[in-house]
Amino acid sequence: MDTESTYSGYSYYSGRSRGSHRHGERSRDRDRHKSRNKDSRSEKSVTINSPPAEPLLGDSSVRGGEQVQDDNWGETTTAVTGTSEHSLSQEDIVRITKDLEDSVGLDCRRYFTLTLAVVMGLLVFLTPVAFLVLPHLLWPEKLQSCGTACEGLFISVAFKLLILLLAVWALFFRSPRAGLPRVFVFRALLAVLVLLFVMSYWLFYGVRILDTQDDNYQGIVQYAVSLVDALLFIHYLAIVLLELRQLQPCFSVCVMRSTDGEKRHYNLGQLSIQRAALAILEHYYCDFPVHNPALLSASKSRAAKHLAGLKVYNVDGPGNNAAAGMAHSQSRAMIAAAARRRDTSHNELYYEDAEHERRVRKRKARLVVAVEEAFTHIKRMQEEEQKKTPVDVMDPREAAQAIFPSMARALQKYLRTTKQQHCHSMESIQQHLAFCITNNMTPKAFLESYLSAGPTLQYSRSHWLARQWTLISDASVTSGLSDGCVFQLKCVDFSLVVTTKKIPYIQMSEEYIDPKSHKFVLRLQSETSV
Amino acid sequence: MSNFIPGQPLVAVVQRIEIKKLRQGDNLILGFSIGGGIDQDPGQNPFSDDKADKGIYVTRITPGGPAETADLRMGDKIMQVNGYDMTMMTHDQARKRLTKKNEDVVRLLVTRKSLEEAVKNSMGGHQRQ
Repeated sequence: MDTESTYSGYSYYSGRSRGSHRHGERSRDRDRHKSRNKDSRSEKSVTINSPPAEPLLGDSSVRGGEQVQDDNWGETTTAVTGTSEHSLSQEDIVRITKDLEDSVGLDCRRYFTLTLAVVMGLLVFLTPVAFLVLPHLLWPEKLQSCGTACEGLFISVAFKLLILLLAVWALFFRSPRAGLPRVFVFRALLAVLVLLFVMSYWLFYGVRILDTQDDNYQGIVQYAVSLVDALLFIHYLAIVLLELRQLQPCFSVCVMRSTDGEKRHYNLGQLSIQRAALAILEHYYCDFPVHNPALLSASKSRAAKHLAGLKVYNVDGPGNNAAAGMAHSQSRAMIAAAARRRDTSHNELYYEDAEHERRVRKRKARLVVAVEEAFTHIKRMQEEEQKKTPVDVMDPREAAQAIFPSMARALQKYLRTTKQQHCHSMESIQQHLAFCITNNMTPKAFLESYLSAGPTLQYSRSHWLARQWTLISDASVTSGLSDGCVFQLKCVDFSLVVTTKKIPYIQMSEEYIDPKSHKFVLRLQSETSV
Repeated sequence: MSNFIPGQPLVAVVQRIEIKKLRQGDNLILGFSIGGGIDQDPGQNPFSDDKADKGIYVTRITPGGPAETADLRMGDKIMQVNGYDMTMMTHDQARKRLTKKNEDVVRLLVTRKSLEEAVKNSMGGHQRQ
């Protein structure tokens, strides 16, 4: 997934943001494309036929009324209603345009850093070898022969280089998890440090050894050994800076999704904002229930109804108020009128909620019974029985297909009531059923993934509705997290708002209690009759 | 009851109550229950004003018993029994004092809050025993 930072304070000096600049333009185009007027009342919606993530049982209610393009497409208002059709068709548009120009600029950057890293690695590894070999090539006659201690140092150099190779492979050559907007500051610093170091060694070698053609070979070998030792220490520094420093939790971040208020808290160490955002996103995919736009339509329609009956007219005539003052007085008038009007929408909400709850429970009861009954038709056959009675044996997929029709209707109704029908396709349900049958799961275990919304990773990629992220932040994204810093991770449909709080400094003192000092008395209040 | 200061003489308005023991089978009973004592927890005494007071209190009166007819009331603090001081007694010692088999009559000095107020009202603040 690629990420971009839209950060207005800095101009794009950093060479790394070449690719992101282009992406920034494109994302702004998409945002403009998307943020059209939503409270228009026209019911016509034009659906672009999109590549199929086919919904449950060919359920056409998701796609909206009209599958074919309208004839007078240019004349009618292309308006989109606030239902799930809207975000599905938008997502398809986005997906098409994204797939076409998918990550061209970012691959370029990734290959550039990769080649740079490989070149630097080769340089660093071949330097000690070069130090050892060059005297033999350039002045072999003058060179002192290598004694025992010297040859022992050869072994040491060889093994240290091997260890360094393995350590660098373990730390650096892992497949990248993400593409971040700005360069990773610590890595850049370490690269610069290593280069400086190696350059200074070469300088010394060139001046003091190559020029003077020093014949003390043991000294040269010791010099090479010291270089390898220092490289190992730099690698230790790299581990501490890149891996160990952020392990100790320092900040508690609160991540809240803007559409439905789902909130989670995580503990992070001292990280830069972009790395913290990456960690948060990785947690997002595992912890947050999948974003379901169909659940938001109810509150939007309620909000529209609040102000639907009110129209504000300015009878004083145009031009005598400033625009801000006019808007201010308009909104005050609307609020006053709305307060005076007897609003019974809370009543409707209450009864609607109760009714919906009842309906969901009823459908759930039917579903559970249907699934339990369906599962009783299937029995795992033992090996011995297979040889004895040659009945019609089925593999799990066929078994799933056999029992699926009896529960399909109940399941479809339930998913439609809980507005989850676009998350599960028929194929995925049958696959899940086959999986449950293979692993001897009970009907309740099979149903669990449909009864509650699971984390985003559980669903197939096309249903995530959250694949490319934009980091929006006041502070520079390479600066560290600080107390009270706020940034946003924006996706096409929603955004995650992150606030940071520092974990307080804890002052602990000790108190010693002697185990023998635990003594008790009996306190009675007896009553005796005389 | 006056505030109890340990080590200082206690001043209180008391009433003399004479109870004749009633014979019930093999026992001589007085018809009330006592609570308190220096070995008990004074904080649980519902009748005392000062929750550090470890004196002996009347906690229950049997209806129709000899104590009720002698006008002993619930919540009274027993100061003396037959001349013996009861303010610094353990619970068991108090019980023994009240249930001596060779005594038919016990003469109690009890104090209660209403006594002090009555004296105050009638004497205008001047107390006497």
